Amino acid sequence: MAVSALAKSETATLTVALRKQFAGASTAPPGFSLDVQFTLTPGFTVLFGPSGAGKTSVLNCIAGLQDPDAGLVSIGEAVLFDAQANINVPTRDRHVGYLFQTLALFPHMNARQNIEYGINTLPPQERDTRTQEVVQSFGIMHILDRRPSQMSGGERQRVALARALVTRPKALLLDEPLTALDAITRSRILDDLRRWNACHAVPVLCVTHELEEVYALGSLVLVIEAGRILAEGTPQEVLSRARFESIAQLAGFENIFECQVVSSHEEHGTMTCRIGNSETALEVPLTRRSSDRVRVGVRAGDILLATEMPVGLSARNVLKGTISSLDRRDVTVVAVVDCGQQFAVHLTPSACEALALERGKPVWMVIKTYSCRVLEQP
Amino acid sequence: MILQALALTLRLAVVVALILIVIALPLGYWLAMSRSRWKFLVESVVALPIVLPPTVLGFYVLTAIGPLSPIGRWYHVLTGGSLAFTFRGLVIGSVLYSLPFAVQPIAAAFSSVDRTLLQASATLGASSWRSFWKIILPLGIPGVFTGLVLSFAHTLGEFGVVLMIGGNIPGATQTASILIYDQVQALNYAVANQTAFLLLVSCFVLLAVLFGLRRHTKWSLWEWQ
Repeated sequence: MAVSALAKSETATLTVALRKQFAGASTAPPGFSLDVQFTLTPGFTVLFGPSGAGKTSVLNCIAGLQDPDAGLVSIGEAVLFDAQANINVPTRDRHVGYLFQTLALFPHMNARQNIEYGINTLPPQERDTRTQEVVQSFGIMHILDRRPSQMSGGERQRVALARALVTRPKALLLDEPLTALDAITRSRILDDLRRWNACHAVPVLCVTHELEEVYALGSLVLVIEAGRILAEGTPQEVLSRARFESIAQLAGFENIFECQVVSSHEEHGTMTCRIGNSETALEVPLTRRSSDRVRVGVRAGDILLATEMPVGLSARNVLKGTISSLDRRDVTVVAVVDCGQQFAVHLTPSACEALALERGKPVWMVIKTYSCRVLEQP
Repeated sequence: MILQALALTLRLAVVVALILIVIALPLGYWLAMSRSRWKFLVESVVALPIVLPPTVLGFYVLTAIGPLSPIGRWYHVLTGGSLAFTFRGLVIGSVLYSLPFAVQPIAAAFSSVDRTLLQASATLGASSWRSFWKIILPLGIPGVFTGLVLSFAHTLGEFGVVLMIGGNIPGATQTASILIYDQVQALNYAVANQTAFLLLVSCFVLLAVLFGLRRHTKWSLWEWQ
């Protein structure tokens, strides 16, 4: 524990400011440029954006695998790259852990050799202690003698993570590391990684283009498109507000809630969730999950509004609230309904007129069970 | 006479193959990894011996190492001997002649190593030197093996360069292929036939053993493939 306390005191924020113009020769489209600035504190941050947005280039510039034209990369006091001061620390001296999309496990080495590759300069005893620690954290003692070709996808992930973390990196970069895994394996690995980082507390930057991963991974999300950061905040803030059309498209779900499962009804194939700590409850499809904390997404277009208490409905969720705002965007009206929780609801202007909706008016929201999507275990 | 020529041939081939591995590992690595704009020039020079007639190469090497050339004189001052028409001269000529057969498979094997592995190696704090010994070389071993066998085999069979540089001195520069030529010229077909047959058999056995070893799973260095 003394070690992790020390590690904690050394941790610092990762500061990134990058500009890079890509020549036509690279895989990027002609004229593509990267221009991003952000600061990460210890903990998870998701870099979310479509393919070709420049996500991997950002990671490569932080790790020193690509050189930006201008900018600054630093972790706490340590400057890794500074174009003005002409500092460019080589990758091998940056102490930045990188989990590649392909994992890049060394195929001719077994798990132990892979893990110990980066700590070969340590004295043997220290090396053993470190390996033991990381191997236990990621539950891979039984596969230490196996080559990558003899492991399952999840085991490879674990070994690759262990290999990166055993070197005690000052920051960790993950390039779509979990895309190929099923939800259960993914959330177990994430749990292990979170537990590890609770002790070691380094900034973790995780790239993904999949929405569900954003909710699974991040307490903080940076949305990147065409080399620019468009938005920054919690997944709920950034994706449910959808200030940018591209984010809305990526997001798909305008309403995302942290929920607590209070009861499940196997016989009906449903479960009841309470949103946050409020009394508002939703009936959602029964979903396999590892804990009772779930995230539930509801598309704003899937919610019906009624101005009187509806009866005789098949929909199981009828929530009473008041309209707290109405905002017309092109052919859609976005209503925000407050029922203890804020729901975004999309409706057509004519429907809005027919119901004579206005701020402060009481309404009932009708949500089908199957319109509630259990996104991922947090 | 036959055995002497055969032994000399084998000795030449082994020495040349070993020297070539030492040269071809760094050269192959450079060709595989370098982004220098002049790489194509080096590639062309390395490939030259494949296209050049052996007599052309032999002629230039002979001129270069002859007693009147700077190299020849320098060597004479240093050792008191000469390079032309000696075994050492043969080694120099053969190394140049077989260079592409060692370098090209090695460069190809090294460049086929997944670059992400090297990036991963760097993020784990490894120097290029360590990446080479721990990643590139083990994963490129099949190419190194091929380079070794090819340069060995190519040296066994060479004729023109050896004739130009070494002449035909039994025990010093008379290789099996020269002996066969010599005996045929003298209408001594029996000796030529025996030499040819022995060379054929010994080459076959050697290659069979090498390739057999490579197939043998327990010995194989690249069982993960």
